[in-house]
Amino acid sequence: MSLMALREQLNGLVNSMFLEGLLDDQFEQLQMLQDESSPGFIAELITLFCGDSERILAELTKLLDQAVVDYQKVDAFVHQLKGSSSSVGAQHVKLACVQFRQFCEEHNKEGLKGIYFFRCLRALNVVKHEYYLLRGKFDTMLQLEQRIQAYESKQQI
Amino acid sequence: MNWFIDAQIMEQKTGYLSDKSNLWLELLKKFSIKDWKNNLCNRLFGSKKVRGTWWRKLLLLWIIGWFLGSLWIFWFMNSQAVEKRREMLASMCDERARMLQDQFNVSMNHLQALAILISTFHHAKDPSAIDQITFARYAERTAFERPLTSGVAYAVKVLRSEREQFEKQQGWKIKRMDSTEQPPAREEDADLENRDEYAPVIFAQDTYRHVISFDMLTGKEDRENILRARESGKGVLTAPFRLLKSRRLGVILTYAVYKSELTSKATPAERIQAAIGYLGGIFDVEALVDKLLHQLACKHSMMVNVYDKTNPDEPIIMYGSNMTNVGLYHISTLNFGDPIRKHEMHCRFKQKSPLPWLAITTSIGTLVIALLVGYIFHATVSRIAKVEDDYRQMMELKGRAETADVAKSQFLATVSHEIRTPMNGVLGMLQMLMDTDLDITQEDYVRTAQASGKALVSLINEVLDQAKIESGKLELEAVPFDLRAVLDDILSLFYGKAQEKGLELAVYVSDQVPDVLVGDHGRIRQIITNLIGNSIKFTERGHIYLTVHIFEEVLNSLDKEVEVHSTDTLCGFPVANRRRSWESFKNFKLELPASDPSLLSTSSNHINLIISVEDTGVGIPLEAQSRVFTPFMQVGPSISRIHGGTGIGLSISKCLVGLMKGEIGFVSQPQIGSTFTFTVVLTRACTNSNEYKSSEFHGMIALVVDHRPARAKVTKYHLQRLGVNAILEIDPNQVLSRLTSGTSTINMVLVEKETWSKDSSIWPFIISKLKGNQLDIPKILLLANPTSSVKNNASSSMEYISTIITKPLRASMLQVSLRRAMGCGDGEHSRNGRLPQLSLRGLLHEKQILVVDDNIVNLRVAFGALKKYGAEVTCAESGKKAIGMLKPPHKFDACFMDIQMPEMDGFEATKRIREMEADINKQIECREVPVETFENVLHWHVPILAMTADVIQATHEECLRCGMDGYVSKPFEGEQLYREVTRFFKQPQKRIDNEVKC
Repeated sequence: MSLMALREQLNGLVNSMFLEGLLDDQFEQLQMLQDESSPGFIAELITLFCGDSERILAELTKLLDQAVVDYQKVDAFVHQLKGSSSSVGAQHVKLACVQFRQFCEEHNKEGLKGIYFFRCLRALNVVKHEYYLLRGKFDTMLQLEQRIQAYESKQQI
Repeated sequence: MNWFIDAQIMEQKTGYLSDKSNLWLELLKKFSIKDWKNNLCNRLFGSKKVRGTWWRKLLLLWIIGWFLGSLWIFWFMNSQAVEKRREMLASMCDERARMLQDQFNVSMNHLQALAILISTFHHAKDPSAIDQITFARYAERTAFERPLTSGVAYAVKVLRSEREQFEKQQGWKIKRMDSTEQPPAREEDADLENRDEYAPVIFAQDTYRHVISFDMLTGKEDRENILRARESGKGVLTAPFRLLKSRRLGVILTYAVYKSELTSKATPAERIQAAIGYLGGIFDVEALVDKLLHQLACKHSMMVNVYDKTNPDEPIIMYGSNMTNVGLYHISTLNFGDPIRKHEMHCRFKQKSPLPWLAITTSIGTLVIALLVGYIFHATVSRIAKVEDDYRQMMELKGRAETADVAKSQFLATVSHEIRTPMNGVLGMLQMLMDTDLDITQEDYVRTAQASGKALVSLINEVLDQAKIESGKLELEAVPFDLRAVLDDILSLFYGKAQEKGLELAVYVSDQVPDVLVGDHGRIRQIITNLIGNSIKFTERGHIYLTVHIFEEVLNSLDKEVEVHSTDTLCGFPVANRRRSWESFKNFKLELPASDPSLLSTSSNHINLIISVEDTGVGIPLEAQSRVFTPFMQVGPSISRIHGGTGIGLSISKCLVGLMKGEIGFVSQPQIGSTFTFTVVLTRACTNSNEYKSSEFHGMIALVVDHRPARAKVTKYHLQRLGVNAILEIDPNQVLSRLTSGTSTINMVLVEKETWSKDSSIWPFIISKLKGNQLDIPKILLLANPTSSVKNNASSSMEYISTIITKPLRASMLQVSLRRAMGCGDGEHSRNGRLPQLSLRGLLHEKQILVVDDNIVNLRVAFGALKKYGAEVTCAESGKKAIGMLKPPHKFDACFMDIQMPEMDGFEATKRIREMEADINKQIECREVPVETFENVLHWHVPILAMTADVIQATHEECLRCGMDGYVSKPFEGEQLYREVTRFFKQPQKRIDNEVKC
């Protein structure tokens, strides 16, 4: 496959992600940040994001699995995830996190044990779903970028 | 009520009774009314138990009282009747007694006269002028003068010495009185012979002729009579006795005849001496009284007895049958002139007194009325008691129902709590299973299982939602939000589903709707999501169109839009007339008469939105339309099988709309589609910010080519949100003239895919023409539905197109697409965007900046962004670390601080840093430490900028209060960053000054 084809594929992928709303203009800004001085910026960021997100999701799953759920902790984690996803421009993940936080807040406000648990659980599942969807695409994106870089380095040689 | 009736009845009762009892009754009435009032109070305020015993006692008292009362009434009336009867009897009796006495006196007087006659004509004359025949005739002829006497007789006083001479003279012998009954015995004869004087009868009335020659002194009563009569000189009566011949009861009145006139003062002895004869009148009492009574009327109603009561112990009956001493009787005394003899008349009624019917009926009537009143009272009280009992029972049941309701909630809470662990496990495990290597069938199974689990969870959520709304526990938030952004989010949610079905999804918000509204966006989102979800479920082809207007706008357009072209819709399919869906709204009718609705909207801070969701689906069958908003009711049982869902969504939506003071309605035509419309009342927000208005496309002009005006309107709306002026063009043939002849340059042309392919041949011609004209060729963008886009990508004319924009249109997506299309070729247009970047680079170049954020991703992004502008960035992961690094002396020019951090948040960290700085500044001022230690900086103040995701005013104020210099929104936005950074980097800084000095 030619370099151009790869680039086109990458562009197509990113475009489709924009269209689906997976990414928002923040990602575009990030793309602008990537230049010759920091070629692997996006890749690095995505890896960071994925690692961080997976850690948070694991924590959340563990928290919600406990008999007594500490919703304040859950809220803190979700907030973190929301922050990082909005930094990356992962719009869907961010929206899911917003929803999740709303449920957490309601839970704290109402103090109704159990009633909002399902919502939180569902919200977590939504977040996970969105995240895994995004990660799939990100993985493809990273692969493509790696290949492009490999090509580029080959050409340079 | 009761006592009122009671009082009335009492008044009636008083009518029956005499004046005397009135007073007493009135007293009673007053008392009883007072009692009633007391009781009423008791009933109202007293405890139930007290009441229960009280009314029973009162009832008993009432009945007993009235029983006694009626007895009294009976006695009273009866005694009155008896009294009256007695008076009547007395008057009648007295009348009879007086008559009898009068007649007797008359008779007595006449006898006296007769006695004088005899003394005059018999004794004073010699020879006597009267013989037996004369006497008899005279007596007979004057009998009417002596109504009570049946006969008179005269006996003469004959001494023993004169006896023989007398007997010779008369020609008969003196006989003993009782000789007629039995032959006189010899001894008795002898007794007669031995007497000193005799009183033989010489004259007698014819009826009593048989008594002539009898010696009156031999008769026991006669003798006594004679003796007493000559002593007293008055008429003397015998005790009643059987008359000699008639054997009837009679009384003899005797008068003494004196030789000469005697003075009234004469002694008895003188009288005895002077007496020469004795006149006797026989009173046949029985016959006479009979005769007398006959003369009076109503003789038969009375019974009269006459008694001789001379000896009070042995009264001798003179007249009348012996009768028993029962019943009413009256005694009148009779004076017959003889002071020794005492006579009495006893009268009584022949018939027994009739039963006192009036008294009986009155008393019984009173009693009955009293009992009735008592019964009414009893019935009322028991009714009240029953009602109270029922009420208590109801309250108890209500309490139980409420408890059950609470129990239900608790049950739901508990059950959901109990379900959560297994559900958590199931969903988590399914998620994990999805990540493992599965073949297609397995994956399908897992997907189905997961979908079912999610459906279950959502069902529980919806049921809980419904329960919460019903119990009124749901509270609405009031936060500012951008409705357009919310709608964009919703659209992106349904993007996938719409794509699958090939539906066109569009949103249009009227430009009169303010950018920022205050309300509960989460709930509005929920309602709209519900409606769109339903629409997508039941729509197989066509479009789903979400519109938002201001209420007044709709009112104004009402007159214009009378005729709606059925084909002028988003995708050409006919739709149900949405205006009919809000025809039933109360608000609508209410505000319809308002002549100038625009005044209404401006005067109040409230804004009335009308939101419609229009689809071209199967519609709702007419028979099911009435129960659309009923929970758990779906059109038919098959619906839930085909489409799933619980049928609770619309019910929740209705409740939510109601909470937001709105209304929801719909119109549906089977096989054409449904339109659901609802209104909500929201508040205007004071802040007015549009995130897109300031975009780089501001002021650009776009030509929208679409043969459907409705669809073009949506495109125009989205372009306008980005600040792009849109010109609509229906006919593709006019495009060229538009492009060339327009006074202003058109920057882009957006062509609807459908219009493009309808006559795709014209486009190459247009473009070549444009190229020929050497004009700045506008970018051509194609608007396409997601389904159709893929296949037709390869069409011949594609080379002219810069980008294909996939619908549904959303501001953010459109912005990205436009940026892609415009940004690459034309540098001029992105000038606005570039400017701050370049300036930033100048400002931030080689500045030492500390970024504090606990989130490594954020940290990395901030790092990348700042580095891009040439800054030297250092990172810190926590507030504590930042404090350590910012302890003077340090090299940092600025600090970007995240606010929400664990352990120590941005506010706290900033406060600490400021305290630290103030401390050192003080020390420097006082020369406690040499300035050189702090790099010759006299005043330490590192600019701290907050990084925050929520751009709320309150947060801003909090930032400033904590000593921060400003804030930037996260993620970084070039322009804002520039604005904030320039504020303090352009200021002459002491550090720099110092450096210059040094």
